[in-house]
Amino acid sequence: MTDATMQPVARRRKSGFRFERWAPALLLVIAFAIYAIVALATGQPQFLTPDNLIAILGRSIALGITAIGQTFVILVASIDLSVANLISAAAVLASVIMNGNPAMILPAILAVLALGAVVGVVNGLVITKLEVNPLIATLGMALVIQGCLSAFVTNFAGSVPAEFQVFAYGGFGSIQFSLIFLVALTVAAWFVLRFTKFGSDIYSVGGNADAARLAGIKTHPVVIATHVICSLCAAIAGLYLASRLRSGAPWIGRDGVYDLQSIAVVVIGGTVLAGGRGGIWGTIAGVLIFSLIDSIFNIAQVDAFAKQVMRGIIIVAAVAFYAVRSKRIVA
Amino acid sequence: MSEAALSRSEKKKRRLPQINPVYIVLAVLLIAIVIQNVSFLEPQGYMNFLKRSAPLAILAAGSVFVIVAGGFDLSVGALITLTVIGSSMLLNNNPDATWWVILLMLGLGVLVGCINGLIVCYLRVPSLIATLGMMITLNGAALMWSGGSPRGYLPDSFRFFGRFNFQDVPIFQLVPVAVIILIVLGFALYWLMHRTNFGRMVHAIGDNPRAAQLAGVPVERVRILAFVVSSVSAVIAGVMLGGFAGVSTDVGSGYELQAITAAVLGGAQLLGGRGSVPAAIAGALTLQAIFTLLNFLGLPKPVRDVVQGVILIAAVALAMYRRKKTGR
Amino acid sequence: MTTNPPVMEMRGISKSFPGVRALKDVSFACAAGEVHALVGENGAGKSTLIKILSGVYRPDSGAIALNGQEVHFRHPVEALRAGISVIYQEFSLLPERTVAQNIFLGREPTRNGIIDYGAMEAETRRVLTLFGSSRIEPDTLVADLDVASQQMVEIAKAISLDAKVVVMDEPTAALNEAECEMLFATIDRLRERGTAIVYITHRMREVTRLADRVTVLKDGEITARFETTPAPETIVRAMVGRDIADFYAPPATPEEIGPVVLSVRNGSNVFLRDISFDLKAGEIVGFSGIQGAGRSALAMALFGSVPFTSGAVTLDGQNAAFRTPRDAIRGGLGLLPGDRKAEGLVLMQTVRDNGMLTSRAFAPLGGSNRRNGFASVDSIDALFAKVDMRAASYDQEIRSLSGGNQQKAIVARWLALAPKVLIFIEPTRGIDVNAKAGIYQLMRELARNGAAIMMISSDLPEILGAADRILVMRAGSIVGEFGRGVTEAEIMLSATGETTMAGAAA
Repeated sequence: MTDATMQPVARRRKSGFRFERWAPALLLVIAFAIYAIVALATGQPQFLTPDNLIAILGRSIALGITAIGQTFVILVASIDLSVANLISAAAVLASVIMNGNPAMILPAILAVLALGAVVGVVNGLVITKLEVNPLIATLGMALVIQGCLSAFVTNFAGSVPAEFQVFAYGGFGSIQFSLIFLVALTVAAWFVLRFTKFGSDIYSVGGNADAARLAGIKTHPVVIATHVICSLCAAIAGLYLASRLRSGAPWIGRDGVYDLQSIAVVVIGGTVLAGGRGGIWGTIAGVLIFSLIDSIFNIAQVDAFAKQVMRGIIIVAAVAFYAVRSKRIVA
Repeated sequence: MSEAALSRSEKKKRRLPQINPVYIVLAVLLIAIVIQNVSFLEPQGYMNFLKRSAPLAILAAGSVFVIVAGGFDLSVGALITLTVIGSSMLLNNNPDATWWVILLMLGLGVLVGCINGLIVCYLRVPSLIATLGMMITLNGAALMWSGGSPRGYLPDSFRFFGRFNFQDVPIFQLVPVAVIILIVLGFALYWLMHRTNFGRMVHAIGDNPRAAQLAGVPVERVRILAFVVSSVSAVIAGVMLGGFAGVSTDVGSGYELQAITAAVLGGAQLLGGRGSVPAAIAGALTLQAIFTLLNFLGLPKPVRDVVQGVILIAAVALAMYRRKKTGR
Repeated sequence: MTTNPPVMEMRGISKSFPGVRALKDVSFACAAGEVHALVGENGAGKSTLIKILSGVYRPDSGAIALNGQEVHFRHPVEALRAGISVIYQEFSLLPERTVAQNIFLGREPTRNGIIDYGAMEAETRRVLTLFGSSRIEPDTLVADLDVASQQMVEIAKAISLDAKVVVMDEPTAALNEAECEMLFATIDRLRERGTAIVYITHRMREVTRLADRVTVLKDGEITARFETTPAPETIVRAMVGRDIADFYAPPATPEEIGPVVLSVRNGSNVFLRDISFDLKAGEIVGFSGIQGAGRSALAMALFGSVPFTSGAVTLDGQNAAFRTPRDAIRGGLGLLPGDRKAEGLVLMQTVRDNGMLTSRAFAPLGGSNRRNGFASVDSIDALFAKVDMRAASYDQEIRSLSGGNQQKAIVARWLALAPKVLIFIEPTRGIDVNAKAGIYQLMRELARNGAAIMMISSDLPEILGAADRILVMRAGSIVGEFGRGVTEAEIMLSATGETTMAGAAA
């Protein structure tokens, strides 16, 4: 048989494996160091106060929530590029339904969650039953959502009652509710992935879908479920942003580039695009890193457009940091 | 596993020449348009249609190279935007500068293509992420350059390419410059893909990059060139679009997906190995025909997006289904 | 000899695929506590038979009976639950999961949806200890285990599933001598527990050591059944079906062997240690060794894919320490990879495209794809005829060709560049027994025309039959050199580094 396994004469330690474990932490430390340096160098040490540090994570709640959902999808070797437009749609839908009326808060939330669930199910079905490439499936869905959205709104729509704005603005002192929510969501996601059969199935399907199927795991429901989770998270992120902006804007998802950013953050956290490896804590480290970078731009008072240019470069650089070690030919 | 049995079934497969379904679909759609609006048969009608389709057709033809090589180029839309905005900023209403501005933009296209290719080949970043990142960067660059509000308009010497029609031409009466460019470039790209070694190499690296590498194909060089073809096509499409679309910060937005849709409609296989330039051009015309029909039916732009999303998914789903039926 | 009633019986199994009849009326049984060896050449139908047994395929006709009861599997998991476990050559383990997670894949013990890791670990330990593999920790990632341990995990998985029938497909391909002995001991213990074991192998010494019964499969049919274990030559003759002498081309005469073409001195990298050897024009040199010995690594080093980091390589006197495959090809080397589908063929393209691939790769990118400095559409057609490749049309997709013809198309690809050295990795893998002879003839032709041929193969009879000289590798070094007339036993000894062998072989 083919001598395909080449075993090193000097048995090399599996250094590649350890790298992915520690790289996010390493990057986090570096990012924080740069942040501290820039804060001090520009004579603005107030950015190093605990309040401001907590605010760093606070600025990335939407990204964090979205990225947690994206983690599930990437773990099964799929991907979701419709999250940005779904966030916009959710924000607009929530604002329009609430329309300043606190009694409509619950219906709005339910409607938005339902929207997320439907989008997730459709994405999942198109990918599993129609066997469409996840990229195309979710890009197509993004287009459909965008079309539906711009058919109805072109500007700020609806308004969010003060009671719901609590989600974004309320808190215990300097610790926002939204931050607590993010932490709770993180812990819940971690628990599901680590301890439940569903979480174990996610890793199995992502690691080797064929082996998983032969072993009796129902791969299609698992993939569909991860897409539902991802879309629900995006919907919740939309709710948060509506609360924050006090209204719904149809460009909010695209502006924040939540699709590419959530993917980048997951990859920086050590979860591989090929699936089967990675986890939630890495993603959160990735979110922190991006937050720090964003904050660095703020402190250094970088122009908004220049920030966008830098953002694209940084995202690619961050992914390259992990990918460059690969020996395989990439397309 | 006898050889005799295999060659018998091989002989059977040679029977039918396969015609790409996209041409049939295009024909049907064109007939539908004519039924809706007979004046489409006049040069005014169909030449304008071709003129409006030209940018997407050229873009699609260029995108096929990257798709067949196994990747995606999502930065082309942003490159179109940057071309239009950059040109308007540089030209500053000075028509004499047209030629060197266009040359500069083409140079920019080459540069962007090279960078995309280098990132994918040597930094091993998947083209999805690399070109999405490039898209963000290019959009940001366009915003930076124009300060968020692009000023000026493009002089007629620049808009010549997209807008000008040759009048009083025998038979066709009016021939838009854009159509001439489409024919010339379309043929050039067809020849590049289907008649040169480069085209075969592109197919090879998309089909089986490892086998190509072991057979001596310069995989990196070929892939980088494929990205360059895609980017240069985008610049040319941008020049043509600048002719009739006006200057704004989202002039190119959405074109990357339209190009992919067109290529897939033409039978290009995602993740590489199969694709055709003429079929992609037909795919672009098909898309444009669908949009035209939607216009005639009075449906607004947002519906276009929805329809396009559905077409994209349907085209790929259909391709997967056909592949399963005929065996991999 | 076995007197137990069969636990598993396959009766009259037939299976066809488009254009190919894989199995014809095959009946095969295995009793509790018995090791039944299933031997046959590549393409004889063994893996199809096993896939039917494990529920991956459904037979066109015939039936499977377990303990006398007829069963019909609609999904592999049904076979698993019925007690049939197959350990394939390509392990079905998930490298990023732990030993315990792999053993319990798909049937993790849960309490209200939460996985009971404690129970998983305990059971994993119990099963591993049962077979003396207690040194493997349940929470180790499979990717961190060596191949032999991974195989132990596969076996443990089968035991944990309470398998009544265990099928092992070439289990010793990646093991060294000591690990083989451990495997044999494990099999003995399985036998004591009453498990029925179907053992697929090429290696006669394993048949001698383990088998109670031997069945030979050839071209989809049973050609011989032995109720006891006969002499290896008898088995081999049943497998190959012809006199071995006719099968291979005659060796090179001393006049046919020319000067040294390729010379390696002290070549080393992370996989290879101090490699030194010569290749002469006109000869076929075989490279033997167990999996992991470094033969592929050597091919990849010579071809510039994973280059030497030290040492000297010369080709016709010129420096030949190539750092990329392109350089190697330019220098006069050619490579036919062992896995044609994954590394040799561009499957969506035509026969002609595959034949012209390398010629086009070295021609200017903008040049016409119909003719170039090395080949043209007509000249490649002529080469196809020269290597006796059969295809209804050269414009058809290459994937519809048989394995033998595909291999010939790849040879034609290299011939267009007139290489000085051709490296064949597993030259007849996946090729019909009848077509193999054609490949051996072709290799001899190429050698006679002045090329130096390097042949890497795991098929010992093939190396013994086709090569003029045999170099044996072990753990990254060349440890032995033999001429024709060497025995399989001597090569195995050299390859495994043992001084004696348990059980005689050919």
